[in-house]
Amino acid sequence: MTGKRVGMEVSIAASEAVKMANVDCIAAYPITPQTHIVEHLAELVAEGELDAEFIPVESEHSALSVCAGTSAVGARTYTATSAQGLALMHEILFIVSGMRLPIVMTVANRALSAPLSIWNDHSDIMASRDCGWIQIFTENGQEVYDHSICAFKIAEDRRVLMPTIVNLDGFTLSHVVEPLNLETQELVDRFLPPYQPIYALHPDKPLTMGAFAMPEIYSEARKAHDVALRNSYPVILEVWKEWGELTGRHYQPMETYRMEGAKIALLTMGSFGEVAMEAVDRMRAKGIAVGLLRLRLWRPFPFEDIRQAVRGLDMLVVMDRAISTGGIGGPVCSEIKAALYGQAKRPKIVSFIAGLGGRDMPPEQFEEMVGQALKMKGKRKMEEFITIGIRE
Amino acid sequence: MAKPIDQYTWKEIPLGCVVTEPGNAREYKTGDWKSQKPVVDTAKCIKCGVCWVFCPDAAIYKNEEGYFLANLNYCKGCGICARECWTGCIKMVEEEK
Repeated sequence: MTGKRVGMEVSIAASEAVKMANVDCIAAYPITPQTHIVEHLAELVAEGELDAEFIPVESEHSALSVCAGTSAVGARTYTATSAQGLALMHEILFIVSGMRLPIVMTVANRALSAPLSIWNDHSDIMASRDCGWIQIFTENGQEVYDHSICAFKIAEDRRVLMPTIVNLDGFTLSHVVEPLNLETQELVDRFLPPYQPIYALHPDKPLTMGAFAMPEIYSEARKAHDVALRNSYPVILEVWKEWGELTGRHYQPMETYRMEGAKIALLTMGSFGEVAMEAVDRMRAKGIAVGLLRLRLWRPFPFEDIRQAVRGLDMLVVMDRAISTGGIGGPVCSEIKAALYGQAKRPKIVSFIAGLGGRDMPPEQFEEMVGQALKMKGKRKMEEFITIGIRE
Repeated sequence: MAKPIDQYTWKEIPLGCVVTEPGNAREYKTGDWKSQKPVVDTAKCIKCGVCWVFCPDAAIYKNEEGYFLANLNYCKGCGICARECWTGCIKMVEEEK
């Protein structure tokens, strides 16, 4: 084990990671449940522990706009938001990814209004799914700390240069105190070199970023962005491998749990993976051949990892924490289905919507989902998706 | 620009579509989609330059004889010059292809 073992609120761990990444600029607007991250960073800057510009702004639209400017001059830039804040940033999300500015952002995932909810689900990030950023999901405090540091290295790699979102579940993660390992500044400095942009705005060498694209070139620009995002995949693996070698904590785009001999598997994203592990243990003890898949990398979408992970499964139970209203239901499930559609042999897929707007999901609910799915085994006609635990 | 924009493949697009050459917009003929163009009757023109003042695209230039004419590579055919002209010497006529 390296570094220092501490008990720490996960939001504070996120801001400590940002401090250790030695950011140059932070522009953020406080919003529940992201607030503690931004408050703590403001304190660190005010107390001189972090030599960075902290730019207070009047909205999230301005926060990310400021970040675009500071990243464009070559500053290592960070912001954080949640829910309505992410929605207010929506326009700028696409601008910074199109301009390939390697900003790192924490999204403390929260439900979207109306009705107003400050609690956790994934409807905020799913509404911004196609913003062209690298998107990573975390399960616990340690992962939040680790991925917040790795995110800078991935985003700023010259083969990538793409903004990166680290998702953490609001309250479920952001407001809990967890045991975790803080690495030494020396280790982080060795791992994360200073950001060296290819292009930066400077009066001595004028250039234009975010210019106009005529119909003759826009499609080519979009294709280039898409390919660049897909091509970040091997670099992400490389960065996680290096972090793993330094710290002993290894990460994969698709994490698996008790998949040996599994005929049915649950698939989750984010902090509920840990509850699902408990549920899998209970079901295994009852003799059900069930395993768990935890999707860590959401963009670029790890098609091959998913295809590999479901080999040998008869059934796959996908749990979504957001609902695409009037459409496909669960966005994660719909993409999993798309990834497997062309496969000659694929598991039967059952889609559940769960844990919306802070609704708790104890292990029994995961057992219930697997139980319901097993009853559908022979059935040809199925509902598009089921919202678990809904009062009829 | 080394070559016309419609000849670039997606692999040749600079990172984030950055433009490294300042002022290269002058290489684009931005007025090629206009449906009308201004035609000046020099017999009526008093060389006052009010069209030059009002042109929103700075597409009007003064020629050697002192007349104000539109550079049709950049003129969008909006007709503001014809509207503002004191003597009515500018007429908008249909573009012919």
